[in-house]
Parts: sequence; structure tokens; C-alpha cells
Amino acid sequence: MTTDRQVVLITGARKGIGRFLAERFARNGALVEGCSRESPDWSLEGYTHHLTDVADESQVKAMMTSIARRHSRLDIVINNAGVAAMNHSLLTPAASLDRIFDTNVRGTFLVCREAARLMQRRRFGRIVNLSTIAVPLRLEGEALYAASKSAVETLTRILAREFGPLGITVNAVGPTPIETDLIRGVPSDKIQKIVDNLAIRRLGRFEDVANVIDFFVRPESEYVTGQVIYLGGVS
Amino acid sequence: MSTLFTIDRDAVVALITGSLRDLYEQNGIAAGDEPGEDTYLIGRRALLDSLGLVTLIVDLEQKIEETFDVALTLANERAMSQKNSPFLTVGSLADYICALLNEQRHA
Repeated sequence: MTTDRQVVLITGARKGIGRFLAERFARNGALVEGCSRESPDWSLEGYTHHLTDVADESQVKAMMTSIARRHSRLDIVINNAGVAAMNHSLLTPAASLDRIFDTNVRGTFLVCREAARLMQRRRFGRIVNLSTIAVPLRLEGEALYAASKSAVETLTRILAREFGPLGITVNAVGPTPIETDLIRGVPSDKIQKIVDNLAIRRLGRFEDVANVIDFFVRPESEYVTGQVIYLGGVS
Repeated sequence: MSTLFTIDRDAVVALITGSLRDLYEQNGIAAGDEPGEDTYLIGRRALLDSLGLVTLIVDLEQKIEETFDVALTLANERAMSQKNSPFLTVGSLADYICALLNEQRHA
């Protein structure tokens, strides 16, 4: 049965930005599907959680099949699931490479591909991927994280061209550091150094990310695709 | 050829021609004749462009899963490396899908 409500999928929805966005979309009347590898310790009306590792093809397919069977549509995808590691390259084990690229690149690609298969049925879709200002700032100690997000940006630009004729836009937002688990292990002086180099010198907020996402997903943004918007005045 | 295969093949041909009709309609393609086993899907005699073929394959994978409860990947490396493309006509694609379905059943 097809619902009249917008259906939104947010990966990495258990905590941080993902949870914030899930609550925001649900509050605005959307049916929200979220996923993560572990169960959330919260619940929300209009929200369904999937225990899905985005790097696992069969799990991603199963999640999409579940969404298709229950809603027959998918309007918006926010590829928020991501892992980071801050370390000098000389001290970085290969296991970190696999872990970061599995979630950030493989996961983003699999979710984009399976989402687009569902979205193309209605010739409408909005995909927003999460990048980072670590890409344009070329931050030391974030080689693998930034490289993985560079790949996400390239995916964004090329998928935008491939999915464009199907009515699906693909864009990315690159946040500055935000107080989340992702930067919890990063020394405060390092964070301050990054903030000092921004045009707008403060940490990012969830609302800043949501604002860009709102712009990308609105129906009027059908002519905006393949774009990466960085926060904080980074270019 | 088993009875099961024959039944499946008729259903598969119907799935392909149904998807093709929908695609023609969505893209404003005037097909003239009804699509059938000899309808070309690629090459100069095909009415679909490359994106149309991609859309057809995605649509068929979804319909096969709904109809037969089997998740098939049609555009895999094996299909792309075959000398005679299984995507040439509706008939060749139906043969290819039936072969994949039979493989799944006997796996």
C-alpha cells in the first residue's frame, strides 16, 4: 500500500545528527526509517528502526525490501552513517582503512544504489550524503577519513548524473566539527585550530546541517544536484 | 525442458513485455507492434536507449522478486561477458532469466 506521507531513510540514526534528523523529519509528518548496527535506546511515533550494517549488501537489500513492501515508496535518503579515525598515517593500521571505507564509501554506495532502485519507480528522489570540511581543508591526521569522504563526494557528483534522468537528485553537505561522538576523541586544541580557520568561528550545530538538508530535499530543488555545500564558510 | 521451466518462461516473457510496455509509455515511445519474443532490447533495432535498458533491468529484478520470491542480479559479470548478450531480445532475456531461476531452485 502506498502512503501519502513522505518516506525518509536516515542511516546512522541511533545517535547524534542521525537521531536529530530522524526526530525532525518525524515531527514534520514524515514516515522515518532509520538504521544502525545497534538498537537505539529511544523510540518515536512514525519511526521504524532497522538493525542494518550499511556495508552489508544483503542487509541493505533486506531493509529496502521492507521499506518497499510497507510503503511502496522512498522519497528522501540521508546517508549519515559514518566512522572516523584521527591518527597519523604512519601509525594507522590497515584495519582502520577497511573499517572507514566499508562504512563511508561502500555503505554510501550500497544505500544510494538500492534507494535509487526504489525511488525510480516514482521518478522522484532526494539523496543527501554526508561529507566533511576535512576534505577541502586537507586536515592532517584525517587522511583516511578525508579520503573516504572525497570518495563520497565523487560518488555524489557521478551518481547525480546517472540518477538525474530518473528524477533523483544527489547532493552532499560537509559539516564542520560538531559536538558528537565522532569528534569526542579529538583533542580540544585540534578542534579549536580548525574552528579558528573557519570564516564563521564556532562549532557546527545539528541545525546547521539540517538547514542545508532542508534546501536539498525540498521539491523546488529539483534542479540542484551533484553539489557539495560546506558549512562554516569553507570552500 | 521441464514443465516447470515452460510455465516459468511464459510468466517471465509476460513480465518483460509488461515492463517494456510501461517503459514505452513513460518515455513516449511509439512502438507500433506489441512487444513480443523477437523485440530487440539493444542494438540499432531497439527502441530503448541505454538508460531505458538499465531501468528495464531494475524493474524486472524487482518484479521477479515479487513474483517468484527470488532475488536475482541480472546485469552481473557473467551476463556482460557472454558473447551473445542475453539482453538482445525479449526471448533471449527470458531464456537467461529462466536459467538463473532454475539455478536458484536447484542450488
